[in-house]
Amino acid sequence: MQNKLLDMGIKELRDEIAAGRVKSVSAVEAVFESIENREALIGAYISTFKERAIAKARETDSKIAAGEKVGALAGVPIALKDNICSDFGATTCGSRILENFCSPYNAAVVEKLSAADAVIIGKTNLDEFAMGSSTENSGLKQTFNPWDTSRVPGGSSGGSAAAVAADMCFGALGSDTGGSIRQPASFCGVVGLKPTYGRVSRYGLVAYGSSLDQIGPITKTVTDAALMLSVIAGHDERDSTSVDESQAAVDDYFGGIDKAVDGLKIGMVTKFNEGADEGIRAAIEAAIEVYRKMGAEIVEIEMPYFDYSIAAYYMIATAEASSNLARYDGVHYGHRTAEPKDYIEVYSKSREEGFGKEVKRRIMLGTYALSSGYYDAYYLKALKVRNLIRGDFVKAFEKCDCIMMPVSPTTAFKVGEKTDDPLKMYLSDIYTIGVNLAGIPGVSVPCGFDEGGLPVGLQILGSAFGEAKLLRIARMYESQCQWGKKKATVI
Amino acid sequence: MKKIDAEQVRKVAKLSRLDLSDAEVEEFSGQLSAIFKYVEKMNEVDTDGVEPLAHCLGVNNCFRDDVVRQSLGVEKTLANAPERDDEFFKVPKILDDNSGA
Amino acid sequence: MADLEYKVIVGLEIHVHLRTATKMFCGCELAYGQQANSRVCPVCLGLPGSLPVMNKKAFEYSVLAGLALNCEIAKFTKWDRKGYYYPDLPKNYQISQYDLPFSEHGYIEIPVGGGQVKKIRITRAHLEEDAGKNTHTSGNYSQVDLNRAGTPLLEIVTEPDMNSGTEVRAMAVELQRIVRYLGISVGDMQKGHMRFEPNINLVITKDGKEYKTPIAEIKNLNSFRALEGSVNYEVVRQLDEFERTGKVMVEGNKTTRGWDDAGRQTVLQREKEEASDYRYFPDPDLLPVVMTDEWLLEITERLCELPLKKQMRYVADYNLSEYDASVLTGERANAEFFERVVEAGAEPKRVCNLLTQMGLKVANARGCGLAELGLKENDVAKLAKMIEGGDINASAGDRIMQEMMTSEKGPVEIARELNLIQKSDAGELEVFVEAVLAENEKAVEDVRSGGKKSKAARGFLLGQVMQKTKGRANPKVVSEILNKKLN
Repeated sequence: MQNKLLDMGIKELRDEIAAGRVKSVSAVEAVFESIENREALIGAYISTFKERAIAKARETDSKIAAGEKVGALAGVPIALKDNICSDFGATTCGSRILENFCSPYNAAVVEKLSAADAVIIGKTNLDEFAMGSSTENSGLKQTFNPWDTSRVPGGSSGGSAAAVAADMCFGALGSDTGGSIRQPASFCGVVGLKPTYGRVSRYGLVAYGSSLDQIGPITKTVTDAALMLSVIAGHDERDSTSVDESQAAVDDYFGGIDKAVDGLKIGMVTKFNEGADEGIRAAIEAAIEVYRKMGAEIVEIEMPYFDYSIAAYYMIATAEASSNLARYDGVHYGHRTAEPKDYIEVYSKSREEGFGKEVKRRIMLGTYALSSGYYDAYYLKALKVRNLIRGDFVKAFEKCDCIMMPVSPTTAFKVGEKTDDPLKMYLSDIYTIGVNLAGIPGVSVPCGFDEGGLPVGLQILGSAFGEAKLLRIARMYESQCQWGKKKATVI
Repeated sequence: MKKIDAEQVRKVAKLSRLDLSDAEVEEFSGQLSAIFKYVEKMNEVDTDGVEPLAHCLGVNNCFRDDVVRQSLGVEKTLANAPERDDEFFKVPKILDDNSGA
Repeated sequence: MADLEYKVIVGLEIHVHLRTATKMFCGCELAYGQQANSRVCPVCLGLPGSLPVMNKKAFEYSVLAGLALNCEIAKFTKWDRKGYYYPDLPKNYQISQYDLPFSEHGYIEIPVGGGQVKKIRITRAHLEEDAGKNTHTSGNYSQVDLNRAGTPLLEIVTEPDMNSGTEVRAMAVELQRIVRYLGISVGDMQKGHMRFEPNINLVITKDGKEYKTPIAEIKNLNSFRALEGSVNYEVVRQLDEFERTGKVMVEGNKTTRGWDDAGRQTVLQREKEEASDYRYFPDPDLLPVVMTDEWLLEITERLCELPLKKQMRYVADYNLSEYDASVLTGERANAEFFERVVEAGAEPKRVCNLLTQMGLKVANARGCGLAELGLKENDVAKLAKMIEGGDINASAGDRIMQEMMTSEKGPVEIARELNLIQKSDAGELEVFVEAVLAENEKAVEDVRSGGKKSKAARGFLLGQVMQKTKGRANPKVVSEILNKKLN
């Protein structure tokens, strides 16, 4: 039986701490006890900061006791995916090339969490440089699914999702470039939100696919996700791609969360469901039925360019990645090879030694796509297809409030099951990838289990900067079916 | 499209500054060929007259004012340097005089 | 060589450091000569997670330059990444502009002597960030300093319209004048604020057939003298090479040569094995720039009269010599000082003499401009009028001007104090002349005789009058009186 505190969500804990009924220090200690008990099985964390966390928790408790004003997440233990820069500890990106890299600055989201008085517990494991769908590509360690430790937690934010699912933190931040928040959230039975591109600052998020990356919350409930989003959203003058609030104001995501959306129209493409496993199909259909009972109307929509998402993504993301990762060269920071015979070897040997296979593969793909003679056929073509894919969503949202579909064609697969065929792994991103290409927000909400008892996620997509409505729609379902109440096997 | 052969893989590896082993070259040749074959699916799409979408936001003109901000300082700048020579980053001698490619 | 004719073809690639307070994409201070790596932040260091944000002033300075170069300013421009690996380029890509630069299709006029100008076409001008600095040490390692990394760099490319070392130098000098006039760059070649890289080849006509020699790009030029010298050296070298080898220009045989200043020669640098594939693509971290009509108008209003135009105006309107006009227009502040003095109502040529001789002599020695000499424009105008009107002579004028630099007093007061007011009253002077003529009968006879000694004797008499009046006689008036009395 675990500490009852760990059963709470962020909102509940935050309220209890603010009221002085629970001490943040107790919550932090409970989390570290959980980590002590489960981390050997799960492997969610690359690093933890117990002393620092306790100190921050203590400080927060004192402030509250003295009646001082504290932030919206005061005292709540939160984990960070290790591709988010922190000026404490290392920021490894799950890679040997940055294994000992200590960032001198904090990411914008870390600044915001600190300003909200959250307590950072540690940095979680990920596929190396966020490239992957299972966290098996981490160069540092393996993470396992709390529902079945012979299976993957999903990726690339596998560590964050597993930590939340195993009650080893109350909430976490992940990053999503092609589904890396939503898919692991669905594999681990928790909520994962990818905000609209530009909603959350990327300053301090180690870049993978710059025009696709977004940081978002992974939490136990939709309400918690809304609360975290309200803390991290907003314009940052250090990120040119973060939207100006005069163009898209930060809504009251948390305040309005329980207000249902009247006359809800849900867009669906029937054949999408058919691409998923039986257990997933059934769970999704049951979820849609719940919405129908609440008065929602299902609208059939068409997304003719959807099938080209993977092709376009793996040109655009890898092209950007090949450029973003060029800086890891052993010259100014990061791993340097031991005995380079000239300065060119500093580059090629350091990178060969420091990068894992998937990263190398994507760098090669991207370099090829951008190289002279291939740019038009691959990269430029992909940018045009991207425009068409986005067009599909824009048209669809003229007819509906949101779009629903599976998150993944399968539930959590076994460790090692898909690692021998990279293309096979890429193809499993089919439901999530188009969302990043279009820049719209998407959330994964637990909607049941398959025959094997593995979690299934329902994916809900909203129009650009429509997170407020999107989260309310997700909350409508959650208020009817609290799948989150069932605990992961490891607990 | 022709399969991406070992020579092409080596060329791209050089452009990427990756010192691949022979086994890796062989493996990547097969995998990259398969992936590019899949990617060519995009040729089914008629993109005549379609603008390339490089930026999702549809926004332009993001600037900052010409105001000095504090730099990291020499120590923090060199804190992660694998090798340093006082306040400089240190690398094995660079033989050619100007920018390499 | 008798049956050979050749034409020299030169195009220039110029890099100009913009004099903003901060770097192109981050807020690090732009400061020269500081301790290595003291002006570096996560952005220009290329740390994981860092992102660039455009410096508005740098962009506006560039547009100003584009306008001054008569370029078309693009309504839509974007940023691209140019990928290559080098230790002074921390991200291993340079943020630059590739296919949609902010300006193109312009021209600059350069003076080519005799009041003539030549038009040199500007292909394009774009904005990018500079790299850091590699220093090769005596040991087997190199040192990297990133203070310069991220400096806003304006790159200007000309068409190959120049045909001699002289023209190339004139182009460089004019461009330096322009960027200094606009206030967008310090433009000091020695300090590296401006870099010029000529691309030179020859078109040789031999036995009725035309041959083009391979293009050589020259780097490492730190002065106008080196620039001109390198072009001239290349002409000789390429002619010689052609004669010996007959090698002609083909795609891919452009070479890069470094200028060896001590040896006054160009030296072949390591030839690149293959053309670089920079894999340009639009930078996803930076938004494009849309130039609205209002914004462009606002920037255009900051343009000033450009130096060559000003120079030619001085020649045409003020009758100044080309040389004097070019000296006065060397720096905008000096030219404007001159203009203010003329506006205060003085004869331009006279003002020009005062300012170019005594004025600039002192200013250059002090390392400042005319406006920092402590001179009031009205006073200088008055002084010029005094000389013009004969109240004082020219050398007295110089002395008074020098005095004005440290004194609060005006020219009239100073002239009186120093006893420099010329005696111009004919009546008064006649007395002196009479006295001198009386004392020097022999000289008078010599003048009246009209022989060989006449001129010298006349000069002697004039000199005696000057002496008698302690140099204060107006020589013109004395001369007139002498003429009357001696003829």
